[in-house]
Amino acid sequence: MSLEVFLLLAAALFSVGVYGALSQQSIVMLMMGLELMLNGITVAAAAFWYFIGPGAPSDQVVVVVAVVAMAVEMAVGFAVTTAIFRARDVDMTDMAADLKE
Amino acid sequence: MGAVAFWVLAVAAVACAVTVFVVDSMARATFALLASFLFGAGEIILLGLDYLGVVIVVMMIMEMVIMAVFMVMYMMNPAGLMPMSMVHNQRGSLLTAGTVFASLAAGIFLVPWPARGPHRPADPTFDLGKSLMGPHMLTMMLLGVTLFATMVVTVVLASQQGRYDRLGDDLKGKAR
Repeated sequence: MSLEVFLLLAAALFSVGVYGALSQQSIVMLMMGLELMLNGITVAAAAFWYFIGPGAPSDQVVVVVAVVAMAVEMAVGFAVTTAIFRARDVDMTDMAADLKE
Repeated sequence: MGAVAFWVLAVAAVACAVTVFVVDSMARATFALLASFLFGAGEIILLGLDYLGVVIVVMMIMEMVIMAVFMVMYMMNPAGLMPMSMVHNQRGSLLTAGTVFASLAAGIFLVPWPARGPHRPADPTFDLGKSLMGPHMLTMMLLGVTLFATMVVTVVLASQQGRYDRLGDDLKGKAR
């Protein structure tokens, strides 16, 4: 086990999340991509804590912040989905492109 | 032992993450995402951060169960009975994701990471609590305010009608 392989795992999770966030049409699936990106960030922060600064708790605080970001992202994401579904019967990003032009 | 556990968890986490965007049913995608989070939390526990790992496990189980409910509400292909493909710009997304991974990997191997000896605190959870209630108090307060604002925002967004809908623009109309 070394810092590099842990960061590589984090990068893989983050990249899969990037693919999901960019490619999915359903708003809920898009949010899953965002969550995967944050999952990668928690793994990377934990690896930094273990290998670089075990004495300092700042990396642990980053994990806490990422976890809170996940919770906030999911709550607001579902609220926005509910609002737009109620207003226009839309649950796909492509249908919510009124302001595109 | 640690290395074996790392690789098993890592491969499982990435495989489940990919599964999320491959399976036909959105409910299955939710539980694949949950599995990916659990394996990721396993890595964090492996690194000695037991408390944070368990917090992620508990939180993600709750979050994904709630997400499954929303999936049932909004999904268009409940049981995955039909092949489902709901993607746009797949080639561009794959290319972007590949580029992101390649550049991150290049950075990981090119950066000379500082090699600090393994000087582990006896109790990392105690450390975290002390720093959140001490030097990182501002972070903790910001997180608290953010969560409170999120509660207000979600209720406002998800409620069917605002007061302007019910009482008119001057707020003097009769309640409908």
